[in-house]
Amino acid sequence: MTIPQDKLLSLYRTMVRIRRCENQLARSYAAGTITGACHTYVGEEAVATGVCAHLRDDDAVFSTHRGHGHALAKGVPPRELVAELFGRVTGCSGGRGGSMHLFSPEVGMMGTSGIVGPCILQAAGAGYSFQLRETDQVGVAFFGDGAVGNGAFHEGINLATIWDLPVLFVCENNMYATEVAFANSARNTDVAGRAAGYGLHADAVDGNDVVAVYEAAGAAVARAREGGGPSLIECRTYRTRPHAEGMRDGGYRTQEEIDSWKARDPITSFARALLDDGIAIPDELQVIDDEIAVEVQQAVDFATQSPWPDAETVADHVYGTDA
Amino acid sequence: MAGREITYTEAAREALTAAMERDPTIFVLGEGIGERGGNFNTTLGLYERFGPRRLRDTPICERGFVGLCAGAAMTGTRPVVDFMFIDFILDAVGELTNQIAKIQYMSSGRLKMPVLLRGCVGIGGGHATHHSGSYYPLFVNVPGFRVVVPTTPHDAKGLMATALRGDDPVLYLEHKSLLNIRGEVPEEDFQIPFGEARVCREGTDLTIVAVGPLVPRSLAAADALDAEGISVEVIDPRTLAPLDLDTILSSLRKTGKLLVADESFGPCGIGAEIGAQVMERGFDDLAAPVRRLNGVHTPTPYSLPLEAAVAPSADQVAAAVRELADE
Repeated sequence: MTIPQDKLLSLYRTMVRIRRCENQLARSYAAGTITGACHTYVGEEAVATGVCAHLRDDDAVFSTHRGHGHALAKGVPPRELVAELFGRVTGCSGGRGGSMHLFSPEVGMMGTSGIVGPCILQAAGAGYSFQLRETDQVGVAFFGDGAVGNGAFHEGINLATIWDLPVLFVCENNMYATEVAFANSARNTDVAGRAAGYGLHADAVDGNDVVAVYEAAGAAVARAREGGGPSLIECRTYRTRPHAEGMRDGGYRTQEEIDSWKARDPITSFARALLDDGIAIPDELQVIDDEIAVEVQQAVDFATQSPWPDAETVADHVYGTDA
Repeated sequence: MAGREITYTEAAREALTAAMERDPTIFVLGEGIGERGGNFNTTLGLYERFGPRRLRDTPICERGFVGLCAGAAMTGTRPVVDFMFIDFILDAVGELTNQIAKIQYMSSGRLKMPVLLRGCVGIGGGHATHHSGSYYPLFVNVPGFRVVVPTTPHDAKGLMATALRGDDPVLYLEHKSLLNIRGEVPEEDFQIPFGEARVCREGTDLTIVAVGPLVPRSLAAADALDAEGISVEVIDPRTLAPLDLDTILSSLRKTGKLLVADESFGPCGIGAEIGAQVMERGFDDLAAPVRRLNGVHTPTPYSLPLEAAVAPSADQVAAAVRELADE
């Protein structure tokens, strides 16, 4: 597949946007501006970027606790993400959600989640809707290796497969569920290899290679749109920050392991490839970096200046129909 | 001229059929609800009419297909989950409580969650403990759910029609002792608003708020008590969430005494809730403490004499009324 230059630069821009937002959110967490849990996506940017590049606003993404990158890649503006984590009324969930409940249905971001597993089932449900309504939309679930041992993985994949639903299941295998190694949770750590047991199409790709993710996702999304049913893509990747901000990061993995993955950073490797292949010159990438830096600072300013939600609205939207 | 009489199950099915004719986004999931038409005939004939995508037989994976329905509702369709026995819903409580009940709120009202969850509840027929549960107090406790407990064919149709037009997740609970009762039901489409209790029988000495099968049992008890000179008013709340407390309070102003009769468990149950709300808003009208009559706080045993000892009978309702009337 030949990917046009503007698409390649767009992939780079999205990855940088996720990285810079995450680094900012980590600083804001350390400063006490963000409360609760804040799970960053640093190191895994290629996955959300490569998959969401194929999605339209009316395709539905269902995400995890580590979902900032999915939201940004799906089109949630950084300022709505930052404002949500700052608890402001201008956030994408109006301040009701925070990091683990990012909702922006206008761009098909159907929620990050504090519970591991349900996103798999909900993506299958979106596929059910799209099949019933005979549209060419696609449902997408992002989930980690930690969800693979959960019943939702088995049930959701089985339902989507038996009914040929237009769904893409994206496993971000970062080798640890919180701080438990996947190897301690599964005898068979080949997630893509499990698909055969369900009769499901699957690929395993280097999740730190945005082009590899982009190509695999492109084929899977096209197949789903054409009525070819669901697919699973296992993206092998790594988070280089702790499970959540403020948590210690020792005792379950080594510094050597972290460093070896940092050496394979998805953004610096992609930048190097763009330069080596003559797709871009250093100045072009620098312009993108600078523009994103401004965008993230503007997002922080916007969030900081935004009003808090009105406490009198606390019980709004519990029900959709009055009774 | 007497109206047309049909069964409770037929009445609910009539409302479902009309809604599916009107709204092509409604589909039903469950075990044996396709060609077979449902273990309790809840979908009899619908597969032939609406086809396999709208009447979809599932594997036995309640958590899976309830979670799937969450995603379907979020993307513009209206799922109906037919659990057969409601006991099976317990495998899906996380998807219901953490997801379906919360998504409207977490999305600031931009996503709607019109999911209808129906199933047969209650004690009777020697079904033993995995096919005799009710569990509705669990769902009344959680913000986001509507909980509906019809007791007549007329209400079964009207409340089903309302459930399939609203935007909220609804638990529609059909007691197994009521499925085959017959009653007058209009042929045309009609809706009964949620949160409107029905005064089934007027009386002056004492009010019974009865849930599900305790409505017919309380009416039978009231007839017997009439002969003893005790005039009983019987109220069917019809929906437990929302709860029509106003109708209960206005009855209490007349009678001064309240018995809540419910087959499901007592602790943190419907009677406890109604009693507490009445104390908060109607204390001055109480001539005696509110009394509860519940099923025994135990799993449901199989053997018929044991099973009969679990659920409150009409005689037990009458006995509770006599005691309360004497206070």
